[in-house]
Amino acid sequence: MDLVQMQKSLQDYTKSLFLEGILDSQFLQLQQLQDESNPDFVSQVVTLFFQDSDRILNDLSLSLDQQVVDFKKVDPHVHQLKGSSSSIGAQRVKNACVVFRNFCEQQNVEACHRCLQQVKQEYYLVKNRLETLFKLEQQIVASGGMVPAVELGF
Amino acid sequence: MGMETESQFHVLAVDDSLFDRKMIERLLQKSSCQVTTVDSGSKALEFLGLRVDDEDPNVLSTSPHIHQEVEINLIITDYCMPGMTGYDLLKKVKESAAFKSIPVVIMSSENVPARISRCLEEGAEEFFLKPVKLADLTKLKPHMMKTKLKKESEKPAKEEESEVSKPEIKEEEDPSVIEILPLHQELESEKLEPLMSGGNKRKAMEEVISTDRSRPKYNDITTSV
Repeated sequence: MDLVQMQKSLQDYTKSLFLEGILDSQFLQLQQLQDESNPDFVSQVVTLFFQDSDRILNDLSLSLDQQVVDFKKVDPHVHQLKGSSSSIGAQRVKNACVVFRNFCEQQNVEACHRCLQQVKQEYYLVKNRLETLFKLEQQIVASGGMVPAVELGF
Repeated sequence: MGMETESQFHVLAVDDSLFDRKMIERLLQKSSCQVTTVDSGSKALEFLGLRVDDEDPNVLSTSPHIHQEVEINLIITDYCMPGMTGYDLLKKVKESAAFKSIPVVIMSSENVPARISRCLEEGAEEFFLKPVKLADLTKLKPHMMKTKLKKESEKPAKEEESEVSKPEIKEEEDPSVIEILPLHQELESEKLEPLMSGGNKRKAMEEVISTDRSRPKYNDITTSV
């Protein structure tokens, strides 16, 4: 695949993530923060997000598996995940967290279990897609090309 | 007038989340600010040079080793933090004789009107909803400029000073009122007109006390001298 084709693939792939609602405009904000002085900002921040989220999801699983669920512990975790997913533009994860928090407030354990599954699903989806996105970028850079700025015509 | 736009503003950013610190740091850098990040309110106070008395947390003393070389032009802090919240930090800064003139901005991922008005009433210049955007940070410049102007123009005549700062007051005041409303930033600028004549509590308070916007609550405002 030549460079131009790779760049087009990347653009199309990125667009699809927005069209599917997996990413929202906040992701564009992140890209605006990346420049020559901070060329890896987006991947750095996203990596941090993955690390944080893996930990949080693990803690949430443990907390919800307790005999008596301590919602005072569960809610802050969901709050944090909602915040960080919102900050990187992981729209569907954020939305799943909003629903999750509502059920936390109601102290509905069963619903919370379902919510956790939903959050995990959305999280693994965005994680997978972003990892693919970064791989595409790396291929372009490795071939001596520049990663094109995102142009969203919709 | 010595408006040194070349010299950078230095912002102290406070947030317990590493992720959020990285975000706000980059946002501020991209807005041409120098940034120092700390992960707690107490570390922020330490950095400023304030020591909290362990016996009586209400007693704040100034450490003999104040960071005089590091001039902080603005403090931006998360609201929800363990231990000292952003609100607590705001109060401590505004209660300190040495640092009350430093503008403070609060950030929160939760849109709670009561929280927002409480912060603004305590002296916060702005309240940003997370995720904070680059466009939000353009609102910081007027607040930071005031601290620079104040230091540069130590004019004895207060009237002169109010002439200097007055044009900025009206502009920057209403945006902070608007922050209460969960509207998109672009929409908010259109709302400036109707809100200017509104009976805003803080605005009324300041008209009574002084035109010095950065010290809304105190009467000992002689910056001059």
